[in-house]
Amino acid sequence: MAAEDEECELNDRQKEEIAKWFLLNSPAGEIQFVAKDLRSVLNNDKVYDDAVSYAFPLYNKSHLICLQFPNRSGDVLITSYNEVDENEFLDPRTAQVATVDHVKQVCTDVRPATDEELPSPYIEDFRCALDAEIARYVGEAYPKGVCSVFCVKGKDAELPGSDFEFVVVISAAKISPQNFCNGSWRSVWNIEFKDEEQVLEIRGKVQVGAHYFEEGNVQLDAKHECKDATIFQAPDDCAISITNIIRHHETEYLASLEASYSNLPDTTFKDLRRKLPVTRTLFPWHNTLQFSLTKDIQKELGIGK
Amino acid sequence: MEGAMGLLRRIDPKQTDTALSALLSLLPHHSSDLLSQVDQPLQVLRDADTGKEFILCEYNRDADSYRSPWSNKYHPPLDDAPFPSSELRKLEVEANEIFAIYRDQYYEGGISSVYMWEDDNEGFVACFLIKKDGSKTGQGKRGYLQEGAWDAIHVIQVGPEEEGTTRYCLTSTVMLSLTTNNESSGTFNLSGSIRRQMNMYLSVADGHLCNMGKMIEEMEGKLRNSLDQVYFGKTKEMVCTLRPPSEVVMKLPGS
Repeated sequence: MAAEDEECELNDRQKEEIAKWFLLNSPAGEIQFVAKDLRSVLNNDKVYDDAVSYAFPLYNKSHLICLQFPNRSGDVLITSYNEVDENEFLDPRTAQVATVDHVKQVCTDVRPATDEELPSPYIEDFRCALDAEIARYVGEAYPKGVCSVFCVKGKDAELPGSDFEFVVVISAAKISPQNFCNGSWRSVWNIEFKDEEQVLEIRGKVQVGAHYFEEGNVQLDAKHECKDATIFQAPDDCAISITNIIRHHETEYLASLEASYSNLPDTTFKDLRRKLPVTRTLFPWHNTLQFSLTKDIQKELGIGK
Repeated sequence: MEGAMGLLRRIDPKQTDTALSALLSLLPHHSSDLLSQVDQPLQVLRDADTGKEFILCEYNRDADSYRSPWSNKYHPPLDDAPFPSSELRKLEVEANEIFAIYRDQYYEGGISSVYMWEDDNEGFVACFLIKKDGSKTGQGKRGYLQEGAWDAIHVIQVGPEEEGTTRYCLTSTVMLSLTTNNESSGTFNLSGSIRRQMNMYLSVADGHLCNMGKMIEEMEGKLRNSLDQVYFGKTKEMVCTLRPPSEVVMKLPGS
């Protein structure tokens, strides 16, 4: 037994890998709970600390979490598109950079962004117009939605004639552990402004998750990708047409999610288990003799196998 | 252990397998506790004698071998392995036959196995298992599912007979995962795992099989219903809280 245990014993590195896997696979809003359970399971602070400091930043960025500034003057989305450095994230709307504590999931400090960190005035015209339109749309469509528009390519262009790229991030989460229910909607839209072709190429990725865990564990995991395009126009017109495209695709996607749900009872779920047997009556447990009788008769008549 | 159970309550049920093996390697001293408290996705083996498939679980396992309900033989063969008494084996054979018909009527396919063994207090325990692959490449008749798995585990403790009645204590678990996938709506996956208990005192005059069967049928109906109505419903409610469907924006020009 002792030898077997030794064989099973993992080294710290393997334990850390397992810990990271659990943390990164935490459902929306649940990484803190997972970390707490993990700490007691690991019973090894070094492994725990290493895993946590690796996994939290990745989780925060992939879940597009939103943190409030310490002075309550606004909030910042944690994404890979506005990462100034490991613990610093730019909020283009207020032109501030927030310092965050990834593990505590709080914003500890905020400073004005430097000129180098911000887009040129030419780019900012487009970004700012789009931000305003998207914010209006998100305000209408998502009761708890937050959004931001980041320039991820070509932010220093001063004049027309060069390409640039924006990312629109929309994140809405509802964390309600007292009701055993958490969920998140995350959309990321890449918009490439192609100067020469005078077109805007748009790619979207939407991911929706929900977890209900009162006396059970049920999760929704839905993903969708799409593409679209529109013409290069003045900043305000671009902002309106991009927002219309995003609104259109997200509305359609919501409708298709609802359709998937309404198809469940009668089609999809039926392929797993029917509500009633093919006979449409409950199984005749009181009279199972009939099955063996049928078999005997079949045997006698030579029609059974 | 508490932490381990907490983790399993949070990880996506379709990743239970990975999570459980990770926990087993982190907590080798708790492996028997974990294996007895956590239901794992069911595995299948083919009986060498009859060619029929049977389901593997903790209840037909001894060392690394599993007893088939069809031939009553261990795969791979094993010396000194335990078998149910001949009387109980008779009931087991009958239960397997009837349960296969029940399974076919509700599942239109799938695999089932029933195992029985004597327990310490003059009664016995029966374990009814069903596994169904409802994907369109599996046995999904309607072909809607890219992936679809249903595993049901019913364990019934049957107490000793007292004045013509017996106590039946049923613990049931259903684990499922279903995925649809198409161009316009992307990937849609729901997965879940729930466990419930039911206790009944029933007259033995109707026979154990009849009593157990009725309880299982009622329980499966309840589990399916609460997954469909309550659990899936709650995730849908969550989606609609995040983004309420609005009639106004539903129909855009050109959509």
